[in-house]
Amino acid sequence: MRDVAIIGAGMIPFGRRDEDTLMDMLAYASLKALDDAGLGDKSVDAVYVANMGGGMLQRQTAIASSLVDRLSLLPAAAETIENGPASGASAVKNGLLAIASGYYDTVLVVGGEKMREVTGWRATDFVATMTHPQAEYPYGITLPGMAGMFTRLYMEKYGVTREHLLAISLKNQAMGALNPFAHVEMTLDREGIFDSPHAVVNNPVSADPLHLYDLCPVSDGAAALVLCTVEIAKKIGKPYVVIAGFGQATDTHTLAEREDPTDLKAVTLAAQKAFAMAKLKPSDINVAELHDAFTILEIAESEHVGFFKKGEGGKAAVAGKTRLGGQIPINVSGGLKARGHPVGGTGVAQIVDIVWQLRHELPENRQVKNAEIGLTVNFGGFGNNVLCFILRRVQP
Amino acid sequence: MPVDMELEMVLRPPQIPMPPYPPKMITLANGKIMVIRQAVREDVPAILKSVHPCLFIERDYYDIVSARLYGELLAWYRYRVKSEYCLMGQVDGYLVGIVNGRLENEKVGMSYHTLAIDRGLRIGSHLFAAKMEYHLDFMGQDEILIVAESPIGFRRWMVEYPLEATKIPHELGGGDSYRLTREIYLKAKPRLVVGDRPVPQELMDEAMADIKFADDDTIRERIAGLKGR
Repeated sequence: MRDVAIIGAGMIPFGRRDEDTLMDMLAYASLKALDDAGLGDKSVDAVYVANMGGGMLQRQTAIASSLVDRLSLLPAAAETIENGPASGASAVKNGLLAIASGYYDTVLVVGGEKMREVTGWRATDFVATMTHPQAEYPYGITLPGMAGMFTRLYMEKYGVTREHLLAISLKNQAMGALNPFAHVEMTLDREGIFDSPHAVVNNPVSADPLHLYDLCPVSDGAAALVLCTVEIAKKIGKPYVVIAGFGQATDTHTLAEREDPTDLKAVTLAAQKAFAMAKLKPSDINVAELHDAFTILEIAESEHVGFFKKGEGGKAAVAGKTRLGGQIPINVSGGLKARGHPVGGTGVAQIVDIVWQLRHELPENRQVKNAEIGLTVNFGGFGNNVLCFILRRVQP
Repeated sequence: MPVDMELEMVLRPPQIPMPPYPPKMITLANGKIMVIRQAVREDVPAILKSVHPCLFIERDYYDIVSARLYGELLAWYRYRVKSEYCLMGQVDGYLVGIVNGRLENEKVGMSYHTLAIDRGLRIGSHLFAAKMEYHLDFMGQDEILIVAESPIGFRRWMVEYPLEATKIPHELGGGDSYRLTREIYLKAKPRLVVGDRPVPQELMDEAMADIKFADDDTIRERIAGLKGR
């Protein structure tokens, strides 16, 4: 297998983008990544587009075929990748494998979603279509509902408390407030969302024991990457990032079938594969973007990836170990919690943020000093399809 | 403009006496303190300056809500509406939201509008709750008739309380009224109506001083900026 580099990264600000169509957003992010790659007029061999809801929400399918034409990248190969909220990382994986196999040399990967043109109820229902069609969906389960049950079990088994969840929420919103690409650029205050009796209105229960600010927003947004062979990256002459390892694993579709629903086996297995391929261990990671669609997931994933022992992730967050400057900075971008979660775009956006970190391009208040190695976890379904990437900085 | 006071007294509708709304303060999600107090008629010209930029924002029906609110406040200022009142939210002296309504009679209130000038902090929810509190707790009314002009309003009022559908026309036109009865209010109150009284004097002094406003561009950005909160 050939090594694969990332030479272009682009993102548009996440949020509510009434003025843009899904195709607009995908195109804007793609152009940013292509400009960043500096390939000039050279086209790419293939375009992989990650999207989950175009068919349902925009009544648009064959999105990659449309985008490749819009970007004047014809006759590049083009495919749309749908893998729920892990669509983004799946598209990156497909691009990676295409180059590693020797079939393509340059690939554009773009992920995006337009979720805000429907009501919150319809968006929640759309996301819930990834649940089991007979055993879960007909009974009205939603992803926040699943996360609430998961949190309750995690609290009982590992002693996670609302203080632990609060630490994630405050940290990620504080970082999101510094990120111009974040959907919710707003700091939260402990008094306002937790201590004060007024918090009952400011931060109401959404899916017990999770509250409003334990959940990521529903977002519009897109992000893109240009992948290529290391030989091409070297010629460009600026710092680039290589994909040192990746892993993907699956788990049962229904939560009820899992021997221990608090055990996110697919996260553990995906991370183990990525670490094995990269010949690294969790303590080698300098910065991580974890899939915190719900605050509990940042805690659980930080344990299942191996940064902390089971039951220690929440305490580590409270102790500041996952802040910028801490032992392992997690979700310095603000994570899904603040940057937002356009489902098809998230996995790509996580890697874009890590690429910026490893190229040392971020402002001081968001840059992990001397970051060399980063990790992402993109969590599909409720942990039934998970991808983990490990990226490494290369200084030519 | 010259005013013929003899004719004016005919044109001005009679007013039902209203007790004052006691100001309260609320800690918002970002830690800022919002003071909710009753506006006086002399505040109207200043309030309208903040409503004006919202007239041209289509997002979330700000245009229609603002246009109607503008007219209602102007009617109050010019003595052309019966028994109207206005409450406003201020943070650091800055106007961040406005609610208004009026009394249909001693027992029935008519909710008019809720306009949040800063977003993402549940300012509209807090102000709407204050309006309900004014009608039911302080004016002793039995019920309030309410309609929503935006999906957000429908979610916040009709669904969250939840309000009771009626066939009673609402004077804003459109759909039939929903009703907040005392019974529904008392059930919803623990989770939707908050605030501390009395407001410390220094905060009241700040709120009662000349009302501060964000500039038009800032207001437009907050409500309809690219990010959209």
